[in-house]
Formats: sequence, structure tokens, C-alpha cells
Amino acid sequence: MLTTQLLYGLTSCLITALGLRTALLHPSLLHRVIGINVLGAGVFMILITIAYRGPDVPPDPVPHALVLTGIVVAVSATALALALARRLTAEQSND
Amino acid sequence: MNATSLLVFDGLLLISIVSLAWAALASPDARRSVILFMAFGLVLAVAWGRLLAPNVALAEAAIGAGLSGALLLVAVGEQSKHTPHDGAVPVGKRNALRVRATLQWFITLLCAALAATLAWALLHALDSATNERLAQAVSENLAASGVSNPVTAILLNFRAHDTLLELAVLLTAALGILAIGTARPDYQRAGPVFDGLARWLVPVLILTAGYLLWVGAHAPGGAFQAGATLAAAAVVLRLAGKRIIGLPQAGTLRVILAAGAGMFLVVGLTLLLLGRPFLGYPPAWAGSLILLIESAAMLAIAATLVVAFLGGRSPAAASNDENNRC
Amino acid sequence: MIELVSSLMMVAGIGFYLAGSIGLLRLPDLYSRLHALTKADNLGLGLLAAGLALHSQDVFIALKLLLVWLAVLAASAASAHLIARHAHRKEAGS
Repeated sequence: MLTTQLLYGLTSCLITALGLRTALLHPSLLHRVIGINVLGAGVFMILITIAYRGPDVPPDPVPHALVLTGIVVAVSATALALALARRLTAEQSND
Repeated sequence: MNATSLLVFDGLLLISIVSLAWAALASPDARRSVILFMAFGLVLAVAWGRLLAPNVALAEAAIGAGLSGALLLVAVGEQSKHTPHDGAVPVGKRNALRVRATLQWFITLLCAALAATLAWALLHALDSATNERLAQAVSENLAASGVSNPVTAILLNFRAHDTLLELAVLLTAALGILAIGTARPDYQRAGPVFDGLARWLVPVLILTAGYLLWVGAHAPGGAFQAGATLAAAAVVLRLAGKRIIGLPQAGTLRVILAAGAGMFLVVGLTLLLLGRPFLGYPPAWAGSLILLIESAAMLAIAATLVVAFLGGRSPAAASNDENNRC
Repeated sequence: MIELVSSLMMVAGIGFYLAGSIGLLRLPDLYSRLHALTKADNLGLGLLAAGLALHSQDVFIALKLLLVWLAVLAASAASAHLIARHAHRKEAGS
């Protein structure tokens, strides 16, 4: 295992845990949405670290495709979450 | 480029990534959080470039930092408008999650345990990764796939079913957003500076999107990055408050939304009727079919992100639905 | 020789970025901070892009970097104007 993989692997696990903790515990909804995005970023970093095979070797393209799909799905989930939050706020300021 | 300088670079990059994530998540002010999150996304894109993942770097910069940031910023802006000035509890805080301190510590401990377990599993897997990988199969079949960028080949040929389902997820999110709310009000007409910027920026962005779509066949790029760039052009157009040229009408937008997954289905079913497996492209036609599907996917991705930025169905369509209901 | 010149240009560009960051952190006022940031965007990015263009020794890459610099220039100028105008209006309104 390369040093690069070690460094990026450890950081990605740290970021995943940070994002998950905020997504579960933070009082504000917006921060929880950001937490889910950071959690996603940590998982993507895990995948791309697995794909990296050295500075001169072409990387493994399969995890890259998975991460691309994941980025698009994450943004659509964020969009839906924000729309739900907006409707919730609108409903509550009416009563 | 010797190993020590790369190590220093990696160390600095990772420290800034972790610091930005921490600052974004721990900041009490929502707007500051969102801006730090956008910075986090951009530094993450640099990290993807460092790990030799240029396709992912482009997508992260365009979608993860750019469009996610824009959506979050618009949400924060609306939230501050709803804050009452008479000292009552703001609506957002009425739903605030309140968790007992002991439970908080417990969950934090569990997250730390998760991080440790993940790290152990990941490093163990990286140490023993000597078995056959799918990359072998990809490079062997790349010549017959119709494109020369392996990531595009995987997304649109070898694992085309996954991309079809991803476009279906996008469509579901768009349908949810359209059903839940109405569009945000138009922005006021921009001043001369932003108007002048938008006048040439929007065509350049549309051109760049077309270029990214085309070049995705043999270099980093592809439908997702192109779709995000198109959506960025639409966001700039919307922010400039233009009334001469605006975004497509509601009806057209719905057709474009369905076209992404729809084109996949049309191609797949046609191939089924011709006797081939579902989405099994004949090698001679693979390149053109991939380009066709990618164009439809680009438009659908852009339309979904635009609908997300708009916030919902347009008021004219909304009143139409109200009238048709009774 | 070209390597030396391009490295010097890149280091100078980074120096401008450093100045801009210090200005962002230390200057008292929104307007003066905006003023410091544009130094980073204009000269910093310009020198960095010029150094990279020299390093790559490829005309097409140099042209793409030039396009990037021009786009960032225009976008940062417009956004600095918008931020300053918004802040000014908010001050004048209250």
C-alpha cells in the first residue's frame, strides 16, 4: 500500500465520521444537509483511494464511474431535501 | 517531482480538506457554513486531480462545489427572509433537533468507532489487493465500446443500466421538487455590470458544455459535467433577471426532464426489438448511440438542476393545475 | 532556462495570493478586503497561468489557460462590484 493511499484513506474515514455525526446530531437542518454531503465526499474519497494505483500507472476507472454517479445522486438528494425544507417552513409560517 | 515534496503537498491538501469540513460543519452561521462548504468542494476537486481522477474532478467542481453551493445559498437566503423581527422563535428553530447530551456523546463515540473500523478495513483491503480487478476487463474491451475514455465507456456502455437508474433517480427528484412547491419569484433586472457579464458568459458556458460533451468520448469530460455547465448557464441567466431570453417554458422543461431516462429506454427497447440484448449496442454503432444518449442525458441533468434552482413548478402552470383539479 | 522563468512566475503568483489572503484576514473593512482579493485574482492567477503556460510549452494549453484567466478576471470583477454595491446599499438604507 502506498503512502498516498494511507494518508488519503485515513482522511476519508475521518471526514466520513465528521459528516455522519453532524448529519445525525446538528440542530439546524441546513447543517445536516451539508453533513450528508460531507459524508458523501468521504465515501467518494474512499473509492478514489482504492482506485489509485501509483503516480505512473493509470488508475482503475470503475470506482471513478461509481463516484461520478454518486456525485449526481448526492446533488439530486440535496435538491429534494432543500425543497422539502422550504415547503416545511412555508407550511409552518402559515399557522 | 520527488516523493518528499509530494508528501508535503498531500499533507497540506488533506489538512485543508479536514479543516474546511470541520469549519463548515461547526460554524453556527448558516451562510458561512455554505460558503466554507463550497471552498471544501473546490479543494476536494484539487484532491481528485491529485489522485489522477480528472473526470471526477470536473464533476466535483461543477456539481459538488458549484451547483450544490448555489442551491444551498438560495436556501439560506430564503431562510433569513423568514426570520421574524419581533423576537419570536424563528420557524426553522421550531423544528430544531434537540438531543440529550449523553446521547450526543454516545453517538459521537459510535461515529468515532465507525471511522476506526472503516480505516482498519480500508487499509487491510489496500494491503491485500492483489486479485483480479474489473479494470483488467475494462481495458480489454475498451476498443469495442465505441469510445476511448474508460470512464465514459463504463458509464454508458458496460454499466449503462446503472446510468439509466441514475437518470431515473434524477427524474424522481425533479418530480418531487415540482410537486412540493412553486418556483421562487423572478430576480429583478440586473445592473449594467452583471448584465454585461451574463451577455457573453452564458453563450460561452453553453459552448463549453457542448465541448465537454463531445470531448468526453476520448478525454476527461462527459454528459454529467456538460449538464452541470449548462445548468450553470441557466442559473446565470436566471440571476440576471432577463426578460427577453429566459429559461424554457414549463412544458418544454418537463419534456426535457423525461428525455434523459426516456432516450435510454428508447434505445434499449429498439435494440431489444432488433434482437440484441437490452442496451447491448452493436460495436459499429456504439459511438453514435453513446453520443445520442449522452446528449439527452446532458439536457436532462441540466433541466433537473434548473428545476431544483427554480424551486418548483412555475406559477402559470400551478394555477393551471389548480383550475384543472376541480 | 524556461523552467527557471516559469517557476519564478509561479512563485510570484503565489506571493500575490498570500498578500490577498493576508489582506482578507487583516484589513478592517469590506471594501478594503475586496480590494485585496482582486490582487490575488488578477495578478496572482495571471502569473500562475503564465508560469504554467511556459512550463507546458504547448500553444493550445497556453491558450486555454489564457481563456481561464480572462474568465476569472471578468467573473471576479463583476462579483466584487455586486458585493460592494450590495454592502453600500445596505449601509445607505439603514
